[in-house]
Amino acid sequence: MTRTEPNRSSKSDSENSGGGGGGTTAMRVIVPLQGVVQGRGGLFLGSVIPCAFFYFLQFYLKRNRKNEPDSGEPSPDSDPSSGSPDPTRSQSVGNLTELASLPRSLSRILLSPRLSGGAVSVSGRAGCVIKGGDSPYHVGQKRVEEDPYDESGNPDGVIELGSAHNTKMDWVSEDPGEAISDGLCMSGIASYEPCHGLIELKTAVAGFMSEATKNSVSFDPTQLVLTSGAASAIEILSFCLADSGNAFLVPTPCSPGYDRDVKWRTGVDLIHVPCRSADNFNISMLVLDRAFYQAKKRGVRIRGVIISNPWNPTGTLLSRENLYALLDFARERNIHIISNEVFAGSVHDEGGEFVSMAEVVDTEENVDRERVHIIYDLSKDLSFPGLRTAAIYSFNESVLSASRKLTTLSPVSSPTQHLLISAISSPKFVQRFVKTNRERLMRVYAELVKALKELGIECTRSSGGFFCWVDMRGFMSSYSEKGEIELWNKLLNIGKINVIPGSCCHCIEPGWFRLCFSNLSERDVPVVMNRIRKVCETCKSQN
Amino acid sequence: MSLDKNLLSKLAVGDKHGEDSPYFDGWKAYDNNPFHPEHNPQGVIQMGLAENQLCSDLIKEWIKANPQASICTAEGIDGFSDIAVFQDYHGLKQFRQAIAAFMEKARGGRVRFEEERVVMSGGATGANETLMFCLADRDDAFLVPTPYYAAFDRDLSWRTGVRIIPVECNSSNNFQVTKQALESAYLNAQETGIKIKGLILANPSNPLGTSLDRETLQTLMDFINDKQIHLVCDEIYAATVFAEPRFISVAEMIQEMDHVNRDLIHIVYSLSKDMGLPGFRVGVVYSYNDSVVTCARRMSSFGLVSSQTQSFLAAMLSDQIFVDNFLKEVSKRVAKRHLIFTEGLKEMGVSCLTSNAGLFVLMDLRQMLKDQTFESEMSLWRIIINKVKINISPGSSFHCSEPGWFRVCFANMDEDTLQIALQRMKHFVLRHRENKKRKSFQENLKLSFSSMTYDEHVRTPTLMSPHSPLVRT
Repeated sequence: MTRTEPNRSSKSDSENSGGGGGGTTAMRVIVPLQGVVQGRGGLFLGSVIPCAFFYFLQFYLKRNRKNEPDSGEPSPDSDPSSGSPDPTRSQSVGNLTELASLPRSLSRILLSPRLSGGAVSVSGRAGCVIKGGDSPYHVGQKRVEEDPYDESGNPDGVIELGSAHNTKMDWVSEDPGEAISDGLCMSGIASYEPCHGLIELKTAVAGFMSEATKNSVSFDPTQLVLTSGAASAIEILSFCLADSGNAFLVPTPCSPGYDRDVKWRTGVDLIHVPCRSADNFNISMLVLDRAFYQAKKRGVRIRGVIISNPWNPTGTLLSRENLYALLDFARERNIHIISNEVFAGSVHDEGGEFVSMAEVVDTEENVDRERVHIIYDLSKDLSFPGLRTAAIYSFNESVLSASRKLTTLSPVSSPTQHLLISAISSPKFVQRFVKTNRERLMRVYAELVKALKELGIECTRSSGGFFCWVDMRGFMSSYSEKGEIELWNKLLNIGKINVIPGSCCHCIEPGWFRLCFSNLSERDVPVVMNRIRKVCETCKSQN
Repeated sequence: MSLDKNLLSKLAVGDKHGEDSPYFDGWKAYDNNPFHPEHNPQGVIQMGLAENQLCSDLIKEWIKANPQASICTAEGIDGFSDIAVFQDYHGLKQFRQAIAAFMEKARGGRVRFEEERVVMSGGATGANETLMFCLADRDDAFLVPTPYYAAFDRDLSWRTGVRIIPVECNSSNNFQVTKQALESAYLNAQETGIKIKGLILANPSNPLGTSLDRETLQTLMDFINDKQIHLVCDEIYAATVFAEPRFISVAEMIQEMDHVNRDLIHIVYSLSKDMGLPGFRVGVVYSYNDSVVTCARRMSSFGLVSSQTQSFLAAMLSDQIFVDNFLKEVSKRVAKRHLIFTEGLKEMGVSCLTSNAGLFVLMDLRQMLKDQTFESEMSLWRIIINKVKINISPGSSFHCSEPGWFRVCFANMDEDTLQIALQRMKHFVLRHRENKKRKSFQENLKLSFSSMTYDEHVRTPTLMSPHSPLVRT
């Protein structure tokens, strides 16, 4: 019997993507424990005992956590390039960097800072956002900012393998052919234009999305709403599909960004549905179903399920059967499906077939299309995250209507819209760019996997996206979340590479790491391997 | 078969976005029949949009003279890759520096802004919403002096769940907010168990077009300090001030008022109005509270300014000569437009609230109302939209406490179009006046044939006040 991650909305708001939330930690004890118990007491006792243990632990933690701040140090927010504070600046600016070094016990004080006068409270949600910045995800990012690797300038710097950047595709060298224009010389460029995207841009984006699916789907531009980034797209859908206090089911491991995008400002919760390495991290419909009913019993209304395809972080492609099963599930439970297809154009496995939810919905009858909402992100496939353009594609006119209005709060700027229209309207350029991108990713991925294997490190088969989901269980000092974080620390501080530990992705099994290879060229792979080798040797000698 | 609307959130199916309000009928009328001097001279003239097109020629000239500022030109293309991949939510350092410097210049160099406190957002819209998320939880409230910018209802409340408590101001003192009004609103809220987290207002004001004088600012700051609640000052029209009192930013007041807790002070800024670049969606949250800076910066991931825009603006706003000249021209041109429009209205006997800033005036049409009710205001408004064919904004959309005031924008068109608008208004006003005279004359005629005992009480038609029950317009 497999267990599902319990609803974490009953816990304090300070849970975050990487913090040592009691639920995940407890589950990581239960899962191996269960195996032991089941061997002795059979299925019944093997389930009842861990259940009882788990619930009592939760109860205990819940009671005690109300009185403690349970997150780590606050994340520094000062501009990393500013270095130490300038003495001529105001005292409170100096405090911006000091926040980084405040010890854990003072984290509650941040909720009501006393910097220059009486205590002033910011909102409860601001408090959570501030405390949430101490996860490995943010700490690693900061280290990279402070000491970024550069082949010639800073060869000992920290190599960024954490965030999903695709920095190696160079537009200029890909030569778009005609000059791209940002329309800055056109009159009216600076006027208010539809925040959700000009129709010409939507048409170009729809064309690009079709290209990404190898033209198996034709996307209708009028069903697109553009907004400033995938984070905003996910947040908008969360606001449209769920009320505060509701929840979405999310199979894990999942993108670390969902904790921010779905939860921060909407009041909507995430219920993690763990997938296991034994199943190659495939989604089990049984487990999903169980999670749904457990939430229902607790009085939590599930509004939808969030999937990503290609999967972040494993890189797996969902099969047609998976997608049909999910659609059936959604229909029977009367919920929505959010399909995060931001890596659709980055499928690098020649044998892999990417099937968009849009294709399934298109070709099947008796499917409730209006439950399906797709997210796409130009930044991933086109290698310009700075230009902030992502898309919501929906078959539900009410969702589209509400989303369009919501984009006033997170719009795409006019010059960017014009630049994109000018750049991606050329089908030949788009085709060539996508093809080159895929080939490059394929080469680097192959190099990386081969090199990791030589070190005795396996990863799951990644067919799309920028990530390698790496199994480093053998290098942990203990099979626990603590062991995982210790290993992560070694990778960051000894190996000087920033990778994302599985706990940030809510993986139920410790020891897995997400490694982003889209920033690497083939030449960088040996450099990364040397760093990893150093850490592995350190671990082996210590263990 | 369409999916049940119950499957969507309350937010998605509700109308708190405000776009179904009758206020948008004017926009729809314009969209369906937009004025064009050649192609559609009888169309609706848009005077409901506070856009600044007065200085776009200066911007275009600068763009032509500085092709390297754009990453899409031969001169600037080298920067393309670096800019395209830049997505750090701190923003480009040179962009923040340029924004801070521009904000200082717009305040006459009397204050210093630190770039570390400059946080991006998707326009001032996004900035106001972000601050609400940071400062208040669902069902907390913010005080807002009326009349206020119509979209505050959406920006401050829609997704945040924060309530707006209006602080009524009226024309007897030119709609200036008073300590009394603030205290009264605060007390009423407390008595009903509503938690006030702060006060938000625009300075210069939209729709009043006035900037706050020193005394009022002191009153406001003492008030919020006394209650230890936040003050959010939306200063997006800062550079449009063209007459006394000169613009005084809350940043300047902090320097003088040491006793005020700086953690309570937050400024919203944008380039949409002062620079006439609404399409760039550049919003800025500037807070003196470190926690708010941290929180807002993290939330800015939802609405970062495009790196292409950051890079372009960093170049343009660092050009000191350009900026100095631009700021001078903005206030000069706004002043000129304001004068043309208000003089034009004066000639036809229509007065406006005395204003010294903004891209609009608040026109006083109380005399033209059938009666002093908002229903009359809406009827008059519909006539102006549909018959006079000018889209203006009724005071009720700004939560004005008195009917009869209308906001009219004058900076989003060329001078010829403005003159056409004035002509139409004149025609309408004069005809309206004549109709009124004729009707009251007719009324008098009827009365004079009725009982003679009332003779001495009947006044001549020209002196008939609009409030008189004998007048029916």
